[in-house]
Amino acid sequence: MKKNDVIMIGIIVVIALVALCLVNLYGKWNTKDAQAVVTIDGTEYGRYPLSEDRTVKIESENNGYNLLIIEKGDARIEEASCPDKICVRHKPIDKTGETLVCLPNKVVVEIENGEEADVDASTN
Amino acid sequence: MAKKTAYMGMLVALAFIFSYIESLIPINVGIPGIKIGLANMVTIVTLYTIGVVPAVVLSLVRIVLTGFTFGNLAMMMYSLGGGMLSLLVMVIARKTKLFSITGVSVLGAVFHNIGQIIVAAIVVENSSLFYYLPVLLVSGVVFGVVIGMVGAVLVKRLSGFIQKQDIF
Repeated sequence: MKKNDVIMIGIIVVIALVALCLVNLYGKWNTKDAQAVVTIDGTEYGRYPLSEDRTVKIESENNGYNLLIIEKGDARIEEASCPDKICVRHKPIDKTGETLVCLPNKVVVEIENGEEADVDASTN
Repeated sequence: MAKKTAYMGMLVALAFIFSYIESLIPINVGIPGIKIGLANMVTIVTLYTIGVVPAVVLSLVRIVLTGFTFGNLAMMMYSLGGGMLSLLVMVIARKTKLFSITGVSVLGAVFHNIGQIIVAAIVVENSSLFYYLPVLLVSGVVFGVVIGMVGAVLVKRLSGFIQKQDIF
């Protein structure tokens, strides 16, 4: 390895770590009345608050489906019709910005804030 | 020409097998997209010992083949996005002569992950996928260093042999 390699690797790792901290802190501080927002191919399918337990069968084209389970304040996909099952193996999500993705079905589950929470936060 | 075809065929087969082995190793940390990049070793050796064009042909053929054999269309699309961006960056990085093979491999790995995310974000029309990028950058660096070091040894051992064959 050359010196340049080490410098370049260092820069990438620092950027990644800083981004990781920012993303995590942002998620932690800004998660309020979180909702799981489901989109298929970019169009919204539904939004479900994480505070209520429920099971949603997300039906996409070509008989595809993903079984979304909201339980104890987090969301996960229990079952899916896709071959790779990446979304099923994903850890449960509960922070703003976290996503579950099923590429074959073009399904994205994203955590968003329910209300415009930052108004309250800034007046506190 | 026949010799060249045979040689390319062998490299494609090797890269193909590496992709297969990689698909057998489950990396399950709850985040999609983390890869060892075994097949990139073949691409790097080709890039350094033979040249840019064979390396591009090799990775295109490999991605299409593995996409049809072990994956699906969505998988193939983001492999293509990642693979081509990664190769482009590696070719440029090699031209600048700023980095060793290990450095080029790290850049290749990191940009493979970036390319994959870009394509996946376009496919699902949702930019929130970039949430995964920081973790993928770190995994790219780790595996990029490993693959690059092995690749560097291979290039050192093989380049004399390949030049002696006088194929390319």
